[in-house]
Amino acid sequence: MHELSITQSMVELCQQNAGGRKILSVTMEIGELSGVVADAVEFCFDACSRDTLLNGARLIIERIPGRGRCGCGAESPLHSYFDPCPVCGGFGLSVIAGEELRVRELEVE
Amino acid sequence: MCTTCGCSPTDTHQQSHRDDRHHHHTHELNLPRQHNEHDQNARIIAIESDILGKNNLLANGNRALLREKGVFTLNLVSSPGSGKTTLLERTLTDLRNFSRCAVIEGDQQTSNDADRIAATGVPVRQINTGAGCHLDAHMVSHALEEFDLEDLQLLFVENVGNLVCPAAFDLGEDLKVVVLSVTEGEDKPLKYPQMFHNSRVMLLNKIDLLPYLEFDVAKCLEMARRVNPEILIFQLSARSGQGMEEWYGWLKEQLQLKIGKQ
Repeated sequence: MHELSITQSMVELCQQNAGGRKILSVTMEIGELSGVVADAVEFCFDACSRDTLLNGARLIIERIPGRGRCGCGAESPLHSYFDPCPVCGGFGLSVIAGEELRVRELEVE
Repeated sequence: MCTTCGCSPTDTHQQSHRDDRHHHHTHELNLPRQHNEHDQNARIIAIESDILGKNNLLANGNRALLREKGVFTLNLVSSPGSGKTTLLERTLTDLRNFSRCAVIEGDQQTSNDADRIAATGVPVRQINTGAGCHLDAHMVSHALEEFDLEDLQLLFVENVGNLVCPAAFDLGEDLKVVVLSVTEGEDKPLKYPQMFHNSRVMLLNKIDLLPYLEFDVAKCLEMARRVNPEILIFQLSARSGQGMEEWYGWLKEQLQLKIGKQ
């Protein structure tokens, strides 16, 4: 349940950047390979945002699909770290997308 | 699909907005956006920041400090009961005359593991995370304050027994070592891929029990290499001592490399 401390960090980051204004919505990106469960973040958000500038804000979560690049040069969707390259069958693709865990933007009053 | 928030311009949202409102907005290139149901004066603040950025910053601080003091640091991760503490007890005892070691112990509660390590004569600090499921760089930075780093060469951080959460938190270690015991399923690397992907070394522990189990070693190693083709694997038993020399050999080699770089 590391989503709790991740949500706390996210709230802290938003508070620091909101310039004291009430936050109407926060958009975050969670990559498919980040190991973070979006539903758990949503669950924690209510508790973590209470008594902060985020109180009552909408949480918008964008899930970023995983994408890998193989040593053979092929790029392909990567849903897990052990997906083989669809072209050559090799493992150990370099992750080029899907590990994101970011706050993209805030909408403030 | 809208590239600004991922929703479709005409119908329902792909992602989980926390209420059921369908905001039919047109994203203009010039912010602020005109959300129908929102305050027209609402403003967008671009953040574009990594949520773990603060932890990573602190971890980099720990790493710089440990590097400056010449301390080779390993973050030991595994599920509960894989034998991390027994492995450490034996390693610390056997390397006593080779290297000056210290240990940071992470557990939710109790100082049982720290007490076991202290009995080997090695300096140890216990971190109790309470409800927390992992150590973070901030906790480790405070634990580091309590050691005489000038006097250390090798630091083991025994993380909270958990194959999920500690994977995401850099502590400032040189590398992660994942411990897997043969009393667990051989498919653990596929079930918890992030941890095996992020670890440089895997220790397959309790191999003295293999005659009594149906654990398929070859299959386990193949699965680990599927997740991480570069992972270095040692098969050993901290109880019987089998395979420990290879592990020590690698540790000594790494220490020499580290000292050589100073």
